[in-house]
Amino acid sequence: MAEFLQFLFSGLTVGAVYALVALGFTLIYNASGVVNFAQGEFVMLGGMVTVFAAAAGIPLLLAALIAIAAAVAIGLLLHRLAIEPARGASAVTLIIITIGASILLRGLAAIVFDKQFHKLPAFTGDTPIDIMGAAVQPQSFWVLGGTAVVVLALYVFLEHTITGKAVLATAANRLAARLVGINTTTIMALAFGGSAAIGAIAGILVTPITLTSYDVGTLLALKGFAAAMLGGMGNPVGAVVGGLLLGLLEAFGAGYLSSTYKDAFAFLVILIVLFAAPQGLFGRRVVERV
Amino acid sequence: MNAKANLKTLLAASVMAFGVSQGALAQGTIKIGSVLSVTGPSSFLGEPEDKTLKLYVDKINAAGGVNGKKIELVIYDDGGDANKARTFATRLLEDDEVIAMVGGTTTGSTMAMIPVFEEAKVPFISLAGAIEVVDPVRKFVFKTPHTDKMACEKIFEDLKKRNLTKIGMISGTDGFGASMRAQCVKVAPNYGMQILTDETYGPRDSDMTAQLTKIKNTAGVQAVVNPGFGQGPAIVTRNYAQLGMNAIPFYQSHGVASKSFIELAGAAAEGVRLPAAALLVGDKLPDSDPQKKVVTEYKQAYEGATKQPVSTFGGHAYDGLFILVEAMKRANSTDPQKIRDEIEKTKGFVGTGGIVNMTGTDHLGLDLSAFRMLEIKGGDWNLAASGS
Repeated sequence: MAEFLQFLFSGLTVGAVYALVALGFTLIYNASGVVNFAQGEFVMLGGMVTVFAAAAGIPLLLAALIAIAAAVAIGLLLHRLAIEPARGASAVTLIIITIGASILLRGLAAIVFDKQFHKLPAFTGDTPIDIMGAAVQPQSFWVLGGTAVVVLALYVFLEHTITGKAVLATAANRLAARLVGINTTTIMALAFGGSAAIGAIAGILVTPITLTSYDVGTLLALKGFAAAMLGGMGNPVGAVVGGLLLGLLEAFGAGYLSSTYKDAFAFLVILIVLFAAPQGLFGRRVVERV
Repeated sequence: MNAKANLKTLLAASVMAFGVSQGALAQGTIKIGSVLSVTGPSSFLGEPEDKTLKLYVDKINAAGGVNGKKIELVIYDDGGDANKARTFATRLLEDDEVIAMVGGTTTGSTMAMIPVFEEAKVPFISLAGAIEVVDPVRKFVFKTPHTDKMACEKIFEDLKKRNLTKIGMISGTDGFGASMRAQCVKVAPNYGMQILTDETYGPRDSDMTAQLTKIKNTAGVQAVVNPGFGQGPAIVTRNYAQLGMNAIPFYQSHGVASKSFIELAGAAAEGVRLPAAALLVGDKLPDSDPQKKVVTEYKQAYEGATKQPVSTFGGHAYDGLFILVEAMKRANSTDPQKIRDEIEKTKGFVGTGGIVNMTGTDHLGLDLSAFRMLEIKGGDWNLAASGS
């Protein structure tokens, strides 16, 4: 039982990070149909800016806010300078632009910061909490709690505010949204800024556990993308479920099967799911009308 | 007819010009080549190597050079790309006409350059870690860094002294971790070690509690060994403390022998042991230690010039350069063949990596005494008391 709980918490913590990255994908995908592969770089920025601001003597909370602001600014710049000028291009072109942006951001981070690994102190100490024999880091609860708050805030925003509904409307049909007076360019910018903020929050929450460096974004983007696909691209609930599921698959795969093949195991399950349900677990079935 | 004559004159003139400049160069300077991964993913290795070579070539030249000639250092940056390394190796030999090479940051680029130097019969002192570089022995290829096999042996030697023979392993699947794991598995029987459980993690994984829980629940594990590189071992160490496994002796490898490991792992690193070069604990070595002088001087010179903490990687370049310089002095010649013969005769060379005694069958020349067993105490390296 202790063993099971240990794997469970390990999986949930890692999964929560994947879920936040997947949520970032979802928000931009919904508003623009673009899969933003620079999403992992937002996570990196959140962690790295906080580390360096904190090292410069700024209190942790303020450093975290600066990091989120910096990530949002870069998210908006990405939209304004790279995505918006190419708005007529196909989704594939835009996706390739985001890959280029991610390489650029990674390179800049290597120069502006450095190539070393960095850590942040855990928010509430390092003493593990014992839960029926499983040792859990207090930071895990911050990650899980933070993820829950972000998901809830996003839900309230999308379902209960006019601007949120405008995002959903843009996602549903951009032309129709524009016809009813929604400024879709603003909505797009909002989506990029929002998902940059989500990414940065993820980066800040996990850095005390996972450490950070200029190139942590690549793998996180890949795992987050896999999680988003598993849950169903474009569905926020799917993103969260997909992320948590991927984390759990890895932890249980490493614990009960073989640690060498844990990634293979996780991706095998994803392949099987997508084979049975190509839209993902919660994906909308898109009907092409002729 | 006229054009042909012109061409002939031109050729003759250029041959003469070339010949003259060659002669002038050969008399004034000794050209040493280097191909390093100064940028790219291996830049943390290549950068200190690059800085070390430049720093010490300047020092040697300021002191009058070697055999009355100044050293001219030609460095190319392969960016961690083995293909580029091979191209640069050819350029070093054909265009720059170097008489020896100290370089090859990674095993990949070293292996790509070996055939070029073997064919040209020019000595090549590599800075790469893997044992493949000098095993099998190639006539013109030498290396200075310790091998991962030696790190395993050093760890097992220490375990044996402590009467611990049943171990669990958790290794990174990156090149370094995978290679060292394989070497450890290979030499374990020689030390009577029994590997009860053998776990791995990806180089980018952020949580290893699942693997460690498995090791924790394996009955009879007396010690845990973690071959790995980068941030992985720091996370493993933190998870190790999280799971309250501190009572089981924990060994890291020389792959994490840098201050940043202690910083990243924090309090969890207390009590962790690892084999490392003397360079890291220079100020803690007893005065009688033959390496003390070399490592403290190198540390001061490097940190003074670069304002960065010293690393063992730069030390490998230091060793390579001075093994070559001393061989050139003994040979009193710039003939690559004679220099090669003298490098092979290196005896009792005290470097940052250890005391080097090369032979015709050993182009590394280090033994286990090159590694010190360190223990992390009070947030700093300390020499581990042997047999405790």
